Amino acid sequence: MSAEDGGEESSRMAIGISFGNSYSSIAYTVDDKAEVIANEDGDRQIPSILSYVSGEEFHGNQAKAQIVRNPRNTIAYFRDFLGKPFSEIDPTACHASAHPVEHDGGKTVAFSVLEKEDSDEKSTLTVSEVTTRHLRRLKQSASDYQGKDVNAAVITVPSDFSDSQKAALTEAAKNAEIEVLQFISEPIAALLAHDAKVQLSDAPAAPQDQIVLVADLGATRSDVAVVASRGGIYTTLATAHDYELGGANLDKVLIEYAAKEFLKKNKNASDPRTNDRSLAKLTLEAEAVKKALSLGQSANFSIESLSDGIDFTLSVNRSRFEMLANKVLASFTRLIESAVQKADLDALDIGTLLISGGTAHMPKVASNFQSHFPESTTVIAPSTSPTAINPSELTARGAAIQASLISGFEQSDISENTEAVVTVTPHLQNAIGLVTGKAGSEHFSVIVDAETPVPVRRTAQIAVKDGGDVLLTLAEGVREIQVTKDEKPAANGTHSDDDEDEDDEPEETREKVWKAGKQLAEAGLRGIKKGGKVEIQVDVAVDLSVTLVCREVGGKGGVRGTVEAGKVEQNGKA
Amino acid sequence: MATIQIKAALPSLPDGWSAEKDFKPVGSLSQPTSRAIEPVGPHFLAHARRKRHKRTFSEDERIQASQTVKKTEDEDAGEISETEDPMMLQREAKDWKQQDHYAVLGLSKYRWRATEEQIKKAHRKKVLKHHPDKKAASGKDENDNFFKCIQRATDILQDPVKRRQFDSVDEAADKEPPSKKDIQKKPGNFYKLMGPVFEAEGRFSKKQPVPLLGGAEASKEQVEEFYNFWYSFDSWRTFEYLDEDVPDDNENRDQKRHVERKNNNARKKRKVEDTQRLRQLLDSTMTQDERIKKFRQEGNKQKNAKKAEKEAAEKAAKDDAEKKKAEDERLAKEKEVADKAAKEEGKKAKDAAKNAAKKNKRVIRGAVKDGGYFAEGTAGPKDIDAALKDADEMIAKLDNEEVAALSAKLQGKTEKGAIKGVFQEEAKRLVEGGKAKDGEYKSLA
Repeated sequence: MSAEDGGEESSRMAIGISFGNSYSSIAYTVDDKAEVIANEDGDRQIPSILSYVSGEEFHGNQAKAQIVRNPRNTIAYFRDFLGKPFSEIDPTACHASAHPVEHDGGKTVAFSVLEKEDSDEKSTLTVSEVTTRHLRRLKQSASDYQGKDVNAAVITVPSDFSDSQKAALTEAAKNAEIEVLQFISEPIAALLAHDAKVQLSDAPAAPQDQIVLVADLGATRSDVAVVASRGGIYTTLATAHDYELGGANLDKVLIEYAAKEFLKKNKNASDPRTNDRSLAKLTLEAEAVKKALSLGQSANFSIESLSDGIDFTLSVNRSRFEMLANKVLASFTRLIESAVQKADLDALDIGTLLISGGTAHMPKVASNFQSHFPESTTVIAPSTSPTAINPSELTARGAAIQASLISGFEQSDISENTEAVVTVTPHLQNAIGLVTGKAGSEHFSVIVDAETPVPVRRTAQIAVKDGGDVLLTLAEGVREIQVTKDEKPAANGTHSDDDEDEDDEPEETREKVWKAGKQLAEAGLRGIKKGGKVEIQVDVAVDLSVTLVCREVGGKGGVRGTVEAGKVEQNGKA
Repeated sequence: MATIQIKAALPSLPDGWSAEKDFKPVGSLSQPTSRAIEPVGPHFLAHARRKRHKRTFSEDERIQASQTVKKTEDEDAGEISETEDPMMLQREAKDWKQQDHYAVLGLSKYRWRATEEQIKKAHRKKVLKHHPDKKAASGKDENDNFFKCIQRATDILQDPVKRRQFDSVDEAADKEPPSKKDIQKKPGNFYKLMGPVFEAEGRFSKKQPVPLLGGAEASKEQVEEFYNFWYSFDSWRTFEYLDEDVPDDNENRDQKRHVERKNNNARKKRKVEDTQRLRQLLDSTMTQDERIKKFRQEGNKQKNAKKAEKEAAEKAAKDDAEKKKAEDERLAKEKEVADKAAKEEGKKAKDAAKNAAKKNKRVIRGAVKDGGYFAEGTAGPKDIDAALKDADEMIAKLDNEEVAALSAKLQGKTEKGAIKGVFQEEAKRLVEGGKAKDGEYKSLA
């Protein structure tokens, strides 16, 4: 959508908002490229925190700093409370800031803060009101940056956001004068941004067919989704969530370590973890140190008057931090492993592992994942791939791309598009491909992968070295994991990670092998030139009839035929 | 979707393999699993489009391609497609003061409304067409006059200050106020013809947006706002553009100053004239504005109604007061008369009573005499004296009615004993009534 579309569409100014529990980001598109907008403080990751100090509202990092001095009038981590009754929320994250209170007979959640300057009366802000204010600030930043009033947005939400939560968020956005064009789930937004980037750099083709595991590792929670990416269409196969695992756990590790070191140095001082204010200082510093350790090899704690007026400095290097955080890192790995299992897949099936969220900056997270998955899996994180997009910005960018795609549409069009009639689609159970190789030692070459939504069309080319007449056998393929026991442990020394598997059994080599299953059709192509190429187009219609068109590249004629989706199948299988 | 390259080798056709048209269907696909795809991304939108319009891949591609072609054509043909006046193309670049910069860039239908973006685009487009290198390449003359015109126009229009100066004197954007005759032709003509005049005039306002004339049904507030705004119009219009060129040689400073002064004066004069012109325009508009008349009439009517009401109320109050006064007077008079009458009556009655009393007393005294002064036998002077004294005392103690009653009793009584009896009775009654002491009337004993 170019800006000079004119007419009514241009009156809608859409951005992408990544509304996180701890950080939010706003992004817009310029020339089909998504850019994240910095707010007036210059932050691209804006803490989702509001603070009230003597009648003034602080937002973002300014509000975050208030957690130390003014914790009870600082509202943080409220996203997950939206649209939920008081009985269902987990207020742990708010321990250090304003505590959520029951509101409207327990139907919603509110915060009670000193909002006004001159009165001592606390005002009750519902979580919806807080969200509205937060969104309004984001909108203001985006409007200031663009010089135009932003009035619409695509907002990312976790993949398990319920309808009532979405409704509450829509309402809150409406109060902030933002029209919510669409909600998209965070992992998909991240993937969309990643694929858009790949497309810009490579050929302008749809992304490769593969299964992508998107790990969104936030500050307070982690979400993992296994997504089948088929020609740019995404299907979520499985999701896994952990509401207690996130970057905050890594901060906690550093806090514990720093507190112990502090007590070691100052025998008589009181434990900084027991004092709210000291703990808040320590938490803020731990987060900063963690971020620094993702970039450099060592970082310093430096807190003035941590406890009992004693200043505290401590140098931490990256390996120590990684060692301390091992336990947390292992739970990240466990979480993605569980998602793969949920999807009924093997680690070998995962083509790409995309890590998004702030925690993805940590090199050890990426390397842990890489060592857990086979080498065929590409891990996309700043430390493994230099072209990777900043993982903190992935979701916002994805939302911005989606916003630019649909901002020209009517609201009714958008909702029609997201209805089940359109989105629920039959997906192929098995892959479709060609049986290749000499008789007896057949192989199976995939043309259309399993879990591809129909209708689908794929084209493949295959070289025929010797020319002559060839037989094309179209069949369904089944993926099998072949395990071959490797009897030579010495050879495994080449594997770099020799963590704790020294005393392991003989290494196993796992391989993904395709086996030809049920045959679908045969076609004969005659008189191919020597060194010629055959092009095969497989077209699967909605009714599951398969049309096969094969011809020689540059040649005339060719063979065309359709396999009907018939009762044969149903009878046969039954 | 990029073509998949398969590396494996194809088996050759077995001997004796044959099929109709070389194609043999063998089986069909396994049952699919239903899953929801994520409604995100360009490829999904294509999918949704196909699904909703029930198009196949190739159909959809064709339709999309034709739409894209159409769109690019539209964009090209868009805003900056005015035909170029051949006379304009012949212009000398040095006469830039007289040139219509908007027309040069093909923006004459936008004029002061043209956005910076449009100007930039128009410039690019015109440059592509009229660049001297291009002309030279196509073998035409290498006259770059019009190209210079384009550059000059862009220079002026892209500089906000210069653009305002030009806009200030851009007569092509002015709207001549319509003649009275035109306005009177049809009832609605006033709004139709005057509206655009103020719209065009409004471009000079420092305050935006400018209130517009509106229609016949505009409310009083709107009309008032309109006239208030325009009578205190704050204009940025300047007339620098019409300045005479100031000679910039250092030799003749006097001449230079003279020209500068002249320019300044001319600007001021024009500004004053412009303000006057606007004022006159407003005055004539106001006199012709039916709404003002309407509001005035309505106002007058209201005022009159109020006045009448007030007067009526005053009159009613006055009437009331007069009535009351009259009533009071009448009542007072009546009372006076009644009092007088009552007084006279009382006097008469009193006189009558007095007379009656006198008469009665006379009767009583007569009766005393008739009763032989209550004495046995012939009464001596002493007896007479005592009897008369007693009778007088008795009369003095009686009021008029008792006197009357007593005289009535005595009337017609000639016998001594009877008369004495009446007196004794009376005396007894007085004693009983406590008015006289027992034995007071010795003559009656």
